[in-house]
Amino acid sequence: MDGKTVNYLKIKAAEMRVLLLDAIFHAQSGHPGGSLSSADIIAYLYFYKMRFPNNDPKHPERDRFVLSKGHACPALYSALAVKGFIPKGDLNTFRSLESYLQGHPDMNKINGVDMSTGSLGQGFSAACGMAIAGKIKSSAYFTYAIIGDGESEEGQVWEAAMFASHYKLDNLVVYLDLNYLQIDGDIRDIMNPTPLDEKFKAFGWEVVLADGHDFADLDRATNMVSAKGRPGIVICRTTKGKGVSFMENNYLWHGRAPKGEEYETAKNELADNLNSVRRGDNA
Amino acid sequence: MPDIATRASYGRALLDLGEKYDFIVLDADLSGSTQTGLFAKKFPKRFINCGIAEGNMMSVAAGIASTGGAVFASTFAIFAAGRAYEQVRSSIGYTGLNVKICATHAGITVGEDGASHQCLEDIALMRVIPNMTVVCPADDTQAYAAVEEIYKFDGPVYFRLGRHPVPVIFDKESYKFNLGSAEALREGGDCAVFSTGVMTSKALEAYEILKANGINISVINIHTIKPLDTETIVKYAANTKNVVVAEEHSIIGGLGSAVCECLSQHCPTKVARVGINDIFGRSGKAAKLLEYYGLTGSGVASAVKKTLGVTE
Repeated sequence: MDGKTVNYLKIKAAEMRVLLLDAIFHAQSGHPGGSLSSADIIAYLYFYKMRFPNNDPKHPERDRFVLSKGHACPALYSALAVKGFIPKGDLNTFRSLESYLQGHPDMNKINGVDMSTGSLGQGFSAACGMAIAGKIKSSAYFTYAIIGDGESEEGQVWEAAMFASHYKLDNLVVYLDLNYLQIDGDIRDIMNPTPLDEKFKAFGWEVVLADGHDFADLDRATNMVSAKGRPGIVICRTTKGKGVSFMENNYLWHGRAPKGEEYETAKNELADNLNSVRRGDNA
Repeated sequence: MPDIATRASYGRALLDLGEKYDFIVLDADLSGSTQTGLFAKKFPKRFINCGIAEGNMMSVAAGIASTGGAVFASTFAIFAAGRAYEQVRSSIGYTGLNVKICATHAGITVGEDGASHQCLEDIALMRVIPNMTVVCPADDTQAYAAVEEIYKFDGPVYFRLGRHPVPVIFDKESYKFNLGSAEALREGGDCAVFSTGVMTSKALEAYEILKANGINISVINIHTIKPLDTETIVKYAANTKNVVVAEEHSIIGGLGSAVCECLSQHCPTKVARVGINDIFGRSGKAAKLLEYYGLTGSGVASAVKKTLGVTE
């Protein structure tokens, strides 16, 4: 990945972060921590990796994306808005009664959402379904999914891991958002799912570690695990709350919206970041 | 004509329809029992064995359906409606995706396997899910015909099938399955008996028993429990003023409850429910279990007599 592409993706991710923070602030509800930790992976997929023929998010040959950790949907919705699949102005209706932007992704209400998710583990299995359907129907699309580290405590994650491996779904790439935090605290204290790389290796997956906030590294890892005769997973080391200093690595920001001054501080940090990456692009 | 289990009808229908339509079939290591194995053998590329992981299977089915086309997913009722409940609810019900959950071994007639495998709660669990259509055929003819109709219907369906062979009621040549329509099989003015699944042949036995006693009942088969044919139910309840509902399911939440919900709103009528009385099942031969729990022609006839205040 060249430097120009990296800068372009940095700008897209920075735009997404500004938008998702606003959406959560206006809703006074939602999950900033996991949204900020997944934002760069989603930016990489939507603004670089995934193919949308005719820019159509319903095209049968498009690549699929499933946000299995559906609570991080502010990051997905902001990507869809920056992509132009939904109006940016709608983001501030997130989670409100009159809005189609549900608290967790709804494929029937939101243009560009490939699968309704929210109940952890189910999206991963659905992504396996999309991938095996592609095999059966000889379609060339790829299926991408993001799962959480806390989510990996769900038994269904391992049912899906077994299924994808058994059917050699090498048209499936999963990103594991490893920020080490879940609602109640550190994953290693609550219910330790590690070592996740070793577990997925044992389940027969192509496993690569990456920095979940480094686009070139995400691309390197994605290429290493794609179409290798078995399903691929990129274990992404991430920072929960990435980009907002007081949210970073603090599990208390898993599912809490910032108020007044907190919002102003967060907004300024994310706006500064956006300005700085934009300057980098122009330099 | 020998008795035939509705799971066998389902397996045959999938095999026959596999030529005509391009659907995909999933199973969870029970393809021999659910009879999807017949399809698997003939159309191996369109069959996916998901192993013993029913929750995953339901969400995989949703993922496949999201790419277009219908998916049939089969396992025992206890695992489809029970173990995989929330996957069915959220991955299939909430999305409204085109998945047919074809659950065999429903009810007490699982037999010897006993309470752990006898699902007496599935109608209740499935009909409470928005978007879900619930179908329970009464015999081979109906089950076979229903498979094509639920295939053609675009949306989630829970299809309840049995392991135990049941009498063939409907004529193969003339029968037409109408999704959502109740079917009056006998007419009589003293009492209306609404039945589903294996209990329809029992209700027909009750008709004969009662007729010999000078009591005339209507027997109405309800193969589509959701959406319920309220018009027909209200019509028969209004005509007879006496209603009995018979099902191989808990008396809580099943067809009996659905009929009560309908009649309490549209035509308040006293309803007697024949089913399993809020208890778990037990091991035994299917036919013996039906007798043990009173799910017989004479059991239905007794309920009718009690409703009418006739002493036996």
